[in-house]
This record gives sequence, structure tokens and C-alpha cells, in this order.
Amino acid sequence: MSVLTHPSPAAAARVDASADRPAPWQTWGVLLLTPYLLVFILFVLYPIGYGLWIARNPASYVALFDDPIFARSAVNTLIFLVIGINLKMAIALMLSGFFVQARTWIKWLSVIFILPWAVPSIPTILSLRFMLNPEWGVINTLIFRFTGEDGPNWLNDPTIALSMAIAVHIWKSLPFWTLILIAGRLAISGDLYEAASVDGASNRQKFMYVTWPSLRTLYLTCTILSMIWTLGDFNSVYLLTGGGPADLTHVLATLGIRYLRLDQVDMSMAAIVCALPFVLPLVFFMMKRLSR
Amino acid sequence: MTLPSLRAVTTEAKLLLIGIPVLIWTLLPIYHLFLFAISPKESAFSGALWPEHPTLHNFVVVFGQQHYFLAHFWRQLWNSLFIAITTGVLTLLIATAAAFAISRLKVRGGRAVMNLALFTYFIPAAFLAVPMYRTMGFYGLLNNQWALILAMVTIAAPYSIWVLKQASDNLPYELDEAAIMDGASAMQLFRLVYLPLMMPSLVAVGTYALLLAWNEYLFAFLLLSKDTAVTLPVGLGNFLAADDSPWELLMTTGFIYALPPAAIYYVFRRYMVSGLTAGAVKN
Repeated sequence: MSVLTHPSPAAAARVDASADRPAPWQTWGVLLLTPYLLVFILFVLYPIGYGLWIARNPASYVALFDDPIFARSAVNTLIFLVIGINLKMAIALMLSGFFVQARTWIKWLSVIFILPWAVPSIPTILSLRFMLNPEWGVINTLIFRFTGEDGPNWLNDPTIALSMAIAVHIWKSLPFWTLILIAGRLAISGDLYEAASVDGASNRQKFMYVTWPSLRTLYLTCTILSMIWTLGDFNSVYLLTGGGPADLTHVLATLGIRYLRLDQVDMSMAAIVCALPFVLPLVFFMMKRLSR
Repeated sequence: MTLPSLRAVTTEAKLLLIGIPVLIWTLLPIYHLFLFAISPKESAFSGALWPEHPTLHNFVVVFGQQHYFLAHFWRQLWNSLFIAITTGVLTLLIATAAAFAISRLKVRGGRAVMNLALFTYFIPAAFLAVPMYRTMGFYGLLNNQWALILAMVTIAAPYSIWVLKQASDNLPYELDEAAIMDGASAMQLFRLVYLPLMMPSLVAVGTYALLLAWNEYLFAFLLLSKDTAVTLPVGLGNFLAADDSPWELLMTTGFIYALPPAAIYYVFRRYMVSGLTAGAVKN
């Protein structure tokens, strides 16, 4: 989330304070920084470098493009990002407006609302997976009871299964983004709203002319960041559909891991490198925001 | 007493119209999990909102490891706990030291290290996992719980360093000046000034890293494979695909596993929410 911040002026003024510090402090500083640097070099820098080195072989890309699962995964990933994330962020934006209302019951609701984010993925996805079971799941049982008809075979239809995976993703990460946007809304000065009320602005106008202009940058940053993180979302798809039916619901993240499990590391890395066109523009955008 | 105006009533109704679906959406999967955990095997499938004969039998079976799917329940629960706590402690040690060096000692290049660290989050998790799996093999750590611990520290540390650095930047600069005047060494500043004042942030960061490791699935699934070495989520995940899985027992186990993070979250809620969203929207 750091990327959302701007350094405070006070911090900027202190940057060159190292000059008047005792010399041993520098030595201690380097010493205390070393453990993290080691972690970074051993478990981030080296793996990434190694991964790119494996991915240099053009033959693995040929093999990858010949694999019919790949094209489908790339499309699925795009759907996941473009539809899933935008839908999630739009809901988060709306809900953040709901949660800033001063009501006791809304405060309590917000406490419950965080649960999906706080609990581990596997138990809840397990639960959802069983709700969607076509024969015994609670959803189809209820559909049968009320309509007398069999419900859809949820996870056996690629379109429905992928939509459900997106729903799981939204269920899991919506609280986090809503929380961020709530913080963003609370940072807007109340004076602005008061002035707008005095001028007779409607709620819609208040949103258009007060809330949105203040929240726009944060919203965009959150969307980009969420897209980067969602590219690596393995759980929502793998634990719900396992990539099935017939490997039609894979995204690039699960596809990469699938190749890895099949001991085809070069394919795995190639699949990941193919995601770079998705990632790099997003990272580039974030970098530009950071440096501003 | 005056009656509420029509306008006020409409506003309340509109809020409820949002609030009730949000509540159902949030709790449905969790309640379903709970319902299975307290239902006897036969009636779990009925779609009723409350079982006719609620029972704790499933918990007895799980705690007694009385099903071959759950033969390593306690062992795997212990693995999760050990890995989560070690990750929390190790992250705290590494991140506290780094944040102190960057924020208070103003070590040269500290800012660059901070930015480099945050770069970790621009790599989608699944994409880091693949090459990391290979390099863990080179380091001889595959199927060793330290592989998972180190992977989790790698992921938890940048954010932890950043949160601690923000908090540390807010401590008055005069403290350092006073320490210099008194001829305090860097370590004395660390021990006597920095650590005591940073306590709330340290609690938030330690809890964050602990929960991250407890909840992790992907890295645990890749880096560990022996039944006696894996964490409980991996143990559960192994039965997902099997058609003959004892669902009510899996759900009970999942419910048990979800309880500690939920409880910890509520206990430390104040620290967590303010600590973890702090600075996200500072202008």
C-alpha cells in the first residue's frame, strides 16, 4: 500500500540528517539492514533471475502456443482481470460509501464484513465448493425444492465455473479494498460536504464533485495494484475448480503451477513470461506514480 | 417525541437494503461451514437452516483423528502453528532491524532498499512461487519447513518494514538528538528508545506475518509434500479432488482452522486496521 503514499514534508526535510550522526551509526545501519538484504537476494532476486534465464529458450514458447490450454488460460486471465477486478472495485467504492454512514449497526456490520479477508482461503472455498455441488449442494437442493427442477451443474460448465471463481475472488478480497477506500473517504474534509450541502447539492452531485475527484487517484492505484495481485491469485481458481472442467478454467497462475507439478519447469516459466505483457504496463504505471 | 420524517425512514430503508445483502453475502459460506460442522452426516445435505439434531460428534472424530483422512490432524495443526509463529518472530527481527536502520540510523541507500523491498509486491505471488520452488531445491530446502518459513518471511518483510518505517518516522527526531548528546550508542537508542515506543506497531506487524503464514496455501502446497510435514490447509487441499471425501469432517477441520485467525483478528483489530491501513491515504 506504500505506493499510495506521498512522503510527508517533515520526512523529506529529515532525509539529509545522516550528516550529523555519529559514524558508528552507519556501520550499525549496514549491519542491521544485512539480514533483509540477504533474504531479498536469496529469495527474490536470484529466483527471478534464474526464472528468466530458464525462460530464454524459444522452443518452450512454441510448445506453449501449441498447447490448447494456453490460449484459453490467457483469455480467462484477461476476463478475470478486466471484468472481475473492475466489478470488485466498483462494489468496493459503493460499499465504502455505505460503511462511512454513522450508524451503530453499520459499525457492527463492518466488523463482520472483514471476516472473509481474515480467515484462510481453504475452509471457505471448501464450503463454497460444496454449496455448488450439483447433487447434494445446498443451492441445488433449494432450487429443486422451490422449482422442482434440477439446478445447473455449476462447476462443470466452464463459463459458470469461471464466474464462480471470480465471485470467490471478490468475496475474499472485497473487504480489504473496501477498507482502503473507506480510509480514503474518511480523509476527505467534512467542510467540503458541508459547503456542498449549503449550496444545495444532491447526493449524486456531492459524489461527482466532492468524493470522486478526491478519491480518483486512490481508486485507480487500488485497481492497478489489485490487478497485479490478482494475476498471482492461485487459490480462487485452483481450490474451486482445479482448472476444470477439462482444463477450461485455468488462468496463467494456475497454468504455471500445473506445468511445474508436471515437472515442465521451462513451460511453467514460459507461461509466466507470457503474463509479462499484462504485468509490465501495470508495474510501469505504478512506478510512475511512485516517483511522482 | 416526534415521528421520524418520511425522508429519514426512506434513507434507513435504503441502507438496510444494502446492509442485509452484504451481511448474507459475507456470512453465507462461513455459516454453511459451521452448519456442516455441527450436523450429523446424514442431515448435513438437507439444506435446512439449522440441523434437527446438532451434534459435536464431528469435532470428536477430528480431534480423535478417527478417520484416515485426518490421521495427521494434530501433527499438521502443529506444523501450521510452528511455521506461523516462526515466520512472525523472524519477520519481526528482520523488519525491525531494517526499519530502524532506514528510519533512525539513516543508513546510506536505505531508501533504495525500501523501494527494492516493495518491488517484491509487483511480482504476482504465483509467478514468484515457480522460480522460488526451483531455487529452494538448489538450497536443499525442499520439503523442509524452513523453506516455507523463509518464503513467508520474504513476502511479509517488505510490508512490515514499510509499516515500521512509517511508524518510526513519526517518532520525534529530538529523541535521536538527545541520545547523541548523551553519547548513546546506536544499540542503546534501539533498545531504550525505539523498541518501547514502537510496541503497538510491532504487535501489528508480528500478527500480520503470523496470519499470513497460517493462511498460506500456495507456497505451502508447493514447498512441502510429506504428510507429516505439511500444514493443515495442504492436508485439506489434498482431499478436494477425491469424490469419497468425508465432507462433514473436512468442513469441521476447516472450521477449526479458521477460528484462530478470526479470533486473533478481533483481539488485535484496533492495532491491525489502523496499523495496516496507516499511510495508505496520507496526502
